[in-house]
Amino acid sequence: MPDASQATALAVLWPLLGLVLNALFRKRENLRETGTILVSSSLFLGVVTLILPAVLRGGRPRFEIAEMLPGLPLAFEVEPLGMVFALIASGLWIVTTLYSIGYMRGHHEKNQTRFYMCFAMAITGALGVAFAANMLTLFVFYEFITISTYPLVTHHGTEEAKKAGRVYLGVLMGTSIAFLLLAMVWTYHIAGSTDFVPGGLLAGKVEGPLVAVLLALYVFGTAKAAVMPFHRWLPAAMVAPTPVSALLHAVAVVKAGVFTVTKVVVYVFGIDLLTETGASVWLMWAAGFTVIAASIVAIRKDNLKARLAYSTISQLSYIVLGAAIANTLSITGAGMHIAMHAFGKITLFFVAGALMVGAHKTEVSQLNGIGRRMPFTMLAYLVGSLSVIGLPPLGGSWSKWYLALGAAEAGQLVMVGVYMVSSLLSIGYLMPVVGRAFLLDPPPEEAAGGIREAPFFCVLPPVLTAIGCVVLFFYADSIYQLLQGITAP
Amino acid sequence: MSGHPADPHGAVHWIEHLPILIVAAPLLAAPICVVLRRARAAWTLAMAVTWGAFATAIHILSRVSAEGSFSYEVGNWAPPLGIELRFGFFNALVLVIVTGISAVVLSSAPGSLREIPRERQYLFYATFLLCMTGLMGITSAGDAFNVFVFLEISALSGYALIAQGGTPRALTSAFRYLVMGTVGGTFFLIGVGMLYMVTGTLNMADMAERLAAADASRTALIALAAIVVGLGIKTALVPLHSWLPDAYTFAPAMVTAFIAATATKVAYYALATFVFRIFGREMAFERLGLAHVLLPLSLIAMFVASAVAIFAKDVKRMLAFSSLAQVGYMVLGLALCNKSGLTGGIVHLFNHAVTKSALFLALAGIALRLGSTRLEDLRGIGKRMPLTSFAFVLGGLSLIGVPLTVGFVSKWYLVLGAFESGNTAIAVLILLSSLLAVVYIWRVVEVAYFSEPPEGAEPVKEAPWSVLVPTWVLIGAVIYFGISTQATAAVAERAAELLMMGQL
Repeated sequence: MPDASQATALAVLWPLLGLVLNALFRKRENLRETGTILVSSSLFLGVVTLILPAVLRGGRPRFEIAEMLPGLPLAFEVEPLGMVFALIASGLWIVTTLYSIGYMRGHHEKNQTRFYMCFAMAITGALGVAFAANMLTLFVFYEFITISTYPLVTHHGTEEAKKAGRVYLGVLMGTSIAFLLLAMVWTYHIAGSTDFVPGGLLAGKVEGPLVAVLLALYVFGTAKAAVMPFHRWLPAAMVAPTPVSALLHAVAVVKAGVFTVTKVVVYVFGIDLLTETGASVWLMWAAGFTVIAASIVAIRKDNLKARLAYSTISQLSYIVLGAAIANTLSITGAGMHIAMHAFGKITLFFVAGALMVGAHKTEVSQLNGIGRRMPFTMLAYLVGSLSVIGLPPLGGSWSKWYLALGAAEAGQLVMVGVYMVSSLLSIGYLMPVVGRAFLLDPPPEEAAGGIREAPFFCVLPPVLTAIGCVVLFFYADSIYQLLQGITAP
Repeated sequence: MSGHPADPHGAVHWIEHLPILIVAAPLLAAPICVVLRRARAAWTLAMAVTWGAFATAIHILSRVSAEGSFSYEVGNWAPPLGIELRFGFFNALVLVIVTGISAVVLSSAPGSLREIPRERQYLFYATFLLCMTGLMGITSAGDAFNVFVFLEISALSGYALIAQGGTPRALTSAFRYLVMGTVGGTFFLIGVGMLYMVTGTLNMADMAERLAAADASRTALIALAAIVVGLGIKTALVPLHSWLPDAYTFAPAMVTAFIAATATKVAYYALATFVFRIFGREMAFERLGLAHVLLPLSLIAMFVASAVAIFAKDVKRMLAFSSLAQVGYMVLGLALCNKSGLTGGIVHLFNHAVTKSALFLALAGIALRLGSTRLEDLRGIGKRMPLTSFAFVLGGLSLIGVPLTVGFVSKWYLVLGAFESGNTAIAVLILLSSLLAVVYIWRVVEVAYFSEPPEGAEPVKEAPWSVLVPTWVLIGAVIYFGISTQATAAVAERAAELLMMGQL
């Protein structure tokens, strides 16, 4: 058995085994998908049994791969925040694979092997980001995610998909090279390293306006966090097949973004440096603006996936806002929200895809009475929505609680207000779907026919993740305890 | 070696004399190729010589790493009377680059050299070896006049190589290269002549000493200016670049892969040597203000050439303009005049050489199958030639500077160098310019992978193995040296350190 340190490297490389299996069995779909399921389940199992116990004991499993630049190793080191992210990404990969089987076949998609291969690479990227021991390693895998998800966005090869791909790559790679890499080299120039250091790598080494400038470079360089004005890639990415929107553009890719921001705040700047200098105040306003503005845009979108995309932008900025407030409570809330929002939003996307496959509906205005025809799907949607809105007894309520509490403790009452108002707005963009589905009558030509759900593999995953939202409400404490290790001295 | 003690072990003698072979072996093999006349035999000989030269270059580099720089006196004649070859970290690395790329690219010749009829190929191999001789000579010569001689050897054989491109445009572009190259060579010779006037020696080490001792006269400054212009033409620094795009576009595909990775690199080596080692940092940068000229020019090269590449309709031409931009990065590293910047410039020699030759070789494979390298003809090539196309994509990622490829390593050092010089704006500009590379590479990716093949296109096979394997060897190097930089960046860093002190 590999020890926890070796397991980190193994876990990052493990999804690539799925890629190899996909390529090997490209002509035999059942074998191909079985391979992916085996790889994803074994990955999750491995992360839980080999790495998690060590982190729970307070350990920091570390593994060095190579010296990429003299004095700058490519290395992994697992800390609590990364642990949470890795668990979410690897766990939800299993469910999403099940869902992909139903969706990709139900939708008669082409190039399915390429799809599964790129998907596996994206998971490798996400785990690499989660476990990165320094900014350089994180950057390597951050770019790896961008490149491996690009073919997923342009999957259909239409003019529209290609255009979306240009926006996707242009924004994500453009900002990461122009800002994030710049910030990273600058940090190295100042601190002589890019390591993630408890208490902050830059603490005591920079002062004045430079702190805010560097923070801005880091945050806008991480466009995967979708803080406005660098958010346009996310709605553009919705042309991708729905499993991609569900796992990657609601969980793995975007969470890699907010994870990076949180990690930079905690381990590169250090929360003391930010609170003492007030360098992150501007970021609170930028994130707060994104939270509200994106919610308002979401209300006005009729296309369900576009609406969910803007909802994601808004929810991501919850986390960025929590990081910007930079106290123990808000950081804990941010970490929890990575997990809670993941379960809620992936459920909603699964449902959006199930509606496309089962009823060929993409717009909110087409959904009158759909609840009678697809009751399980729409009940899952209801649960997912309530979790994203933040109502008990669902997981989303806890993370919002800690985020708001953190803002209150920092004396940022405006930001508490932002959290509250946006919760109301999220009711405004999520609940009308439920209302239409269950309370309005279906159009006459669709009234008959009883229950006609999407294929089994499209319905089971959202039901599972919806149950997950409930379970997380009762087990939130274990995540809370795990995350306490981040800011503990 | 002069005064060599009688050695009981003959083997030591043999190893001691290995360095001269790196210049002499290709020179001697070239006429033998002409005598052999048979393509296969000539190729076999050329292969043996180039791979042998590669092994020798690695031997030289490891010897330099172990015992520092050393010199070899041809025919046991001590300098300044005799000819001296001098080896240090910098030129040992350049030798490894040139021989390594030559060896790998030459391996693809039987499969890729369709531009030249078989019965005339022996002449091609002879010319190729002569060109290599010239490049090796420039890199190892210890005196300035020999640098000039070898510069001319490499240039004249280079014109001949390019002229064999098979189209009439190849002839005109070779002629253009000839004119520009001769102008460059003349400038260089004028500079060397003036230096001889001032110092009374042609040995580069002596020149450096005497220039430092004598108060730098106006003549010396003009000599420096002439040499920078002359070598600037050879390096293809914008605006002295006009020979390069056509030469690269119309040369035989394999020649482009060879020349693009070697000729400008060697010229850059000569430029850096003259600036830092002979004239010294103080004279070049403080008295002549070289940075004021080279910094803006390199920035212009990075942006304008990349912008032109974006609009190129032919992928080969696109890569040629991209090369101009890359020269800009290298010269920028030199102009930053600090350790990290210079390391970036030097390591980019290596990094760009493997990247660009891999790209040009992949393109050679595509040209072989499609008969064209125009962008519109490459539609759907990703499905039709998956291995070749994917190699091209990975090479392209390295041009952009994506991590885990060598391009990232260069960019890291250059940006760091910009910060060290206190010039944040340049750091920003370096990164912004690499965004242009994203655009021109992604135009190809989109066409190759997300467009349907043209109507009625004939089915094409994957490129032949003789092209595919060398391409992937180079791509392997792009990835390997992007992850582990002990062999490249560490050597470049050492070379930069010494060069900053005026040593080889």
